Amino acid sequence: MKYLAEFHDPQLVGGLLAAIRQSVAKFSGSMTFMEVCGTHTMAICQHGIRALLPASIQLISGPGCPVCVTPVGYIDHAVALARRPETIITTFGDMVRVPGSSSSLMREQAAGADIRIVYSPLDAVSLAEQTPESTIVFLGVGFETTAPAIAGALLTAEKKQLSNFFVLCSHKTMPVSMAALLKDPDLQIDGYICPAHVSAIIGAKAYEPLAAEFRVPCVVTGFEPLDVLQGILMLSRQVIAGEARVETQYSRVVKPEGNLRAQEILNQVFEPCDARWRGIGDIPGSGLKLRPEFAGYDAASLQVEIEPPFEHQGCICGEILKGKARPTDCPLFRSTCTPEDPVGACMVSSEGTCAAEYKYAT
Amino acid sequence: MKSDVILLGHGSGGKLSHQLLDDLIIPILSGIRPSDQNDSAVLPAPNGRLAFTTDSYVVDPLFFAGGNIGDLAIHGTVNDLAMAGARPLFISVGLIIEEGLPVMDLKAILESMRKAADQSQINIVTGDTKVVQRGKADRLFINTSGVGVIEHDFEIRGDNARLGDKVLVSGNLGDHGMAVLASREGINLKSSIRSDSASLNAMVQDLLNVTGSEIHVLRDPTRGGVATTLKEIAIQSGIEITIDEACLPIAAEVGGACAILGLDPLFVANEGKLLAFIAPDAAQKALGVMHRHPEGRDAAIIGEVTGRAAGKVRLKTAIGGMRAVEMLAGEQLPRIC
Repeated sequence: MKYLAEFHDPQLVGGLLAAIRQSVAKFSGSMTFMEVCGTHTMAICQHGIRALLPASIQLISGPGCPVCVTPVGYIDHAVALARRPETIITTFGDMVRVPGSSSSLMREQAAGADIRIVYSPLDAVSLAEQTPESTIVFLGVGFETTAPAIAGALLTAEKKQLSNFFVLCSHKTMPVSMAALLKDPDLQIDGYICPAHVSAIIGAKAYEPLAAEFRVPCVVTGFEPLDVLQGILMLSRQVIAGEARVETQYSRVVKPEGNLRAQEILNQVFEPCDARWRGIGDIPGSGLKLRPEFAGYDAASLQVEIEPPFEHQGCICGEILKGKARPTDCPLFRSTCTPEDPVGACMVSSEGTCAAEYKYAT
Repeated sequence: MKSDVILLGHGSGGKLSHQLLDDLIIPILSGIRPSDQNDSAVLPAPNGRLAFTTDSYVVDPLFFAGGNIGDLAIHGTVNDLAMAGARPLFISVGLIIEEGLPVMDLKAILESMRKAADQSQINIVTGDTKVVQRGKADRLFINTSGVGVIEHDFEIRGDNARLGDKVLVSGNLGDHGMAVLASREGINLKSSIRSDSASLNAMVQDLLNVTGSEIHVLRDPTRGGVATTLKEIAIQSGIEITIDEACLPIAAEVGGACAILGLDPLFVANEGKLLAFIAPDAAQKALGVMHRHPEGRDAAIIGEVTGRAAGKVRLKTAIGGMRAVEMLAGEQLPRIC
């Protein structure tokens, strides 16, 4: 079985679009759905989905791009660590271009710092094993999708008794931040297109308190065009029926209880903490930090001097991350802020809302 | 050659250098006799306009599925000549070797260069070899420069795309980039994806013979892939290009690997493909020519020039949406979630 072409089938897309139109035909109001995850934002732009929907359905993009919500102070901390002698920074690719207060990892690399892009945190553990004379710092960002992999890498490092492997931790969690957005009186969200990969870990049930407390429909949705359209159809039907349930469109991957083994590893290594989101601010309980027994792996324990944080004043990343503004509302968009010379994180990440708009908008 | 690795002394200009040249490099690449070796190659002047191009090759790893840095360095320069509508004639080879390179590797690379040059009917006529200290280069860098002759009066240039032109691509997108990526350390991707590295001059010669002046633009979509090359042509010609996602030829395995790694095949490098802008009446004929060549068997018409809006490339998505195609800001970096 293939997993791509079937989910782009134009005939099935036509059928789903007709069903969506039919579903909202007798509905007098409009509905606004937020896709929380950056990969959804990209898929929606890449396939031109927004323009295919009836005018009564609006899609807004949420804060689900881990690179975008990583605070500038974190980048500054990583830059400071990169300048440390005998230190190798290992990271997922997108992080290297994110601007800090006065530098970025890409700039530090050009100045001689050793920064390596890895596909798996286990590659960073192998590097630590192979180069015992170096300090290896892995940049631990991302949501519940990446956290178990990083927890697994830490447990591997522990098993191998490595003392030169560290994680600079800035993990965020999804349902807590989604609840925080619903408390914002300026924001009208009629339904959540819930993230696909995060839900594969935490399970669809994780959104049930959210749906119950805030009366908001939640549909766990896959990333291919047919997935997204079916998710939107399911949400629209709930809105019209006045329901607020958790449904799973992406049932070929996501189970109600999620991936229990991954959850176990995650909870073994991390515990909840308050977290700062770039552009949004502090959200209590929306982050993950290392448990005290893993403090020896915390890169924050390495002594470095971090510059005071500075952010460009004109950037409206925060409003964009909350779905309150579109990239085109920002005075910097396409003028001062471009993918080649990004001001805000939304423009840097390949999954950022501004990058998607810049790249794909006709 | 006594040593089994390249030593700094092999680049000294002394005895070791001569040994490397006389025992290995010259016999493989050109076979030119010592009595005919001079500071310059002296060549006959051809009839027609000259095309002249240069390119440097720094691919990592040196060997990948479907090729190596050597044949790549020949194909790349031959193709740059062919994209000007030129018949390739002469090529130079500059080698920058990091000390410690296994002689066996160098030999294999040189042999594939010679084979590629013979297949492309281009003569290796001059060259240079330098050896640098460990860490000052990454095993082997190669520069090739090529000269070709243009034996017709057609204007094949990036600024010559015209309203209504059909856009043809000579085969599947992204094979080279994905083959190199899959051969790289740290990517545990088992696949049978092979680089498309190949010379296109024979196919171009046939295209010129059959469609002549109806070819307006030829370009090989190497780094940055088809998307970047289309954008360049759209800017140069001051046109709007619309391509149809459903028509893009992409091998299932490459499409799948791109989906896993978060890459877009439109932006992945090719080394044996060309984009052609051809007058609408001649497009089917040109497609037929491509299909007759092994390197063009998957050729397709992927779009057309739809307007005079300067520098725009649009893509009609497979599901019926429309979006812009822009150049990449930096490298195509992997997604993190």
